Amino acid sequence: MMLPALLVFVVFHYAALAGNVIAWKDYRPYLGIAGSDWVGWENFELMVTGDPAFWNAVRNTLVLTLVQTVLVFPAPILLALLLNSMLSQRIKRVVQSVLYLPHFLSWVVVVAIFQQVLGGGGLINTWLRQQGMETFDIIGNPDLFIGLLTSQVMWKDTGWATILFLAALTSIDPSLYEASQVDGAGRLRQLWHVTLPGLRGIIILLLILRLGDSLSVGFEQIILQQRAVGLDASEVLDTYVFNHGIAGNAWGEATAVGLVKGVIGTLLVVGANKVAHLFGEAGVYKS
Amino acid sequence: MSRHHRRLENGQIAPGPGERVITGIVLLACVLSVLIPFLGIVSTSVSSSEHINQAGGFVLWPGGLNLDAYRSVLAGGVVTRALMVSIGVTTVGTLLSLTASAMMAYGLSRPGSFAHRPVLLLVLFSLLFTPGMIPSYLTVRTLGLLNTYWALILPGMVSAFNIIVLRAFFMNIPTELYESARIDGASDWSIFARIVVPLSRPVLAVIGLFYAVGYWNAFFGALIYLSDQSMWPLTLVMRTYVLDNAQLSAGDVGVAGDALPPQPALQMAMLLIAIAPILFVYPFLQKHFTSGMLTGAVKG
Repeated sequence: MMLPALLVFVVFHYAALAGNVIAWKDYRPYLGIAGSDWVGWENFELMVTGDPAFWNAVRNTLVLTLVQTVLVFPAPILLALLLNSMLSQRIKRVVQSVLYLPHFLSWVVVVAIFQQVLGGGGLINTWLRQQGMETFDIIGNPDLFIGLLTSQVMWKDTGWATILFLAALTSIDPSLYEASQVDGAGRLRQLWHVTLPGLRGIIILLLILRLGDSLSVGFEQIILQQRAVGLDASEVLDTYVFNHGIAGNAWGEATAVGLVKGVIGTLLVVGANKVAHLFGEAGVYKS
Repeated sequence: MSRHHRRLENGQIAPGPGERVITGIVLLACVLSVLIPFLGIVSTSVSSSEHINQAGGFVLWPGGLNLDAYRSVLAGGVVTRALMVSIGVTTVGTLLSLTASAMMAYGLSRPGSFAHRPVLLLVLFSLLFTPGMIPSYLTVRTLGLLNTYWALILPGMVSAFNIIVLRAFFMNIPTELYESARIDGASDWSIFARIVVPLSRPVLAVIGLFYAVGYWNAFFGALIYLSDQSMWPLTLVMRTYVLDNAQLSAGDVGVAGDALPPQPALQMAMLLIAIAPILFVYPFLQKHFTSGMLTGAVKG
């Protein structure tokens, strides 16, 4: 019974993993993987010698990851706390239903919505123009691209990401709140001494997972908007692999970049998990 | 004094009036940021050309109500074809994904089953390392799947995460049920079909929704695996005609000669067609989201 799924894993995961050998080859599609020449570590050299396009991609990736960890990661925690403090359960459920929805939209739809609302001919700018006021230029502006990407991610996924935090909040033992209240704690002190400690496990778990993904920032989202702002502002490691490999035929080099990226991501998750264990946290998995 | 504070359901002290006002404003702003664009999409798609041209494009309130944009887009041209592709891939893909995942999860949930440990490790390990974009592409090409719809289904057909969620759910089914079925001489297949599947409808529905949304929204696989544009799904066609603002002509949509509704109406009709199926299944599945997500997070 396990056979069909197993076959998919073996072929499209494990056999595909072996395809990474072309990182050490001068891969030519007409020669095939086996027929292409070995070239040693040549394909990895561009990462060391400082190909400007590659380093630009690294820089953009790191800046985006940093901005998104600082801004996007805490957003659902705050939102969950707000939802949790609502007295009316019915209104809370309505708000949740609305805010979960954008998670299920494709990136094409999300980017289109942002264009319609914030674009040069979009809702807000058209209104400003009709009022004789100055318009602003967010869509297609390279300087604001990181801000645009970040706000899109927040709009799409903040609501959905509250699910895990809300569940963790409901699993906090009510007697802890009662006891702290008896000890004279107010709302803020309860937040600090009961609520946040109750969320610590899930926050650490999600941070570790995020760390593993820190070199993968919104591939579909960026590739859809890349043309408008140019490569300088928008190229990240994943789009670099796509543009140089599949679109640009530098197969070996692009594979090498993807491979190094994958290895670093795995090491980050394993390492962060070790650190979490050292601090007595459960982390993602136990060995 | 603090004894007189109102409490929330979980025992925490309820917020005071000032905090409640701020909370209300923030949440209302969040809700409106979702609802207003939806309203605009619907309104623009059903508005007349005079109304749209007068407003300068995207309108929040409809004027000159008509369904011409939908009639044009669904007249049998490029958008209709893309819609059929998306429906086909989503239907076939979801059925295959759900069946294969549930079958594997069932196998993994029975401790005695053949090679159960190594297969479980194989599944779990796949979460730690992905093959990478180019090796995946080369695999699809080597198998001769470029420019076939299988390229959109097979590579991502089973998700390790979803299998783990299903397995955790199946493991909670009481062992007695299995044992009594066995004594009655039921095979693995009939236990799966008659006991496991009927008892697991909610989790199967949620995982099915996750798979279906994945197929419906997929755009990257089609971009790299389908160079033949006539095979493109709705997402890629929307990229061309909505994001890149390519003009949808009468020839494209397959209506002869007549003047088309304005481009904004056509574009928003496409968006709404892409969103509608999600809106349609959403209310039925929403109550299971939390249980579906939690089983994975807690037991995985």
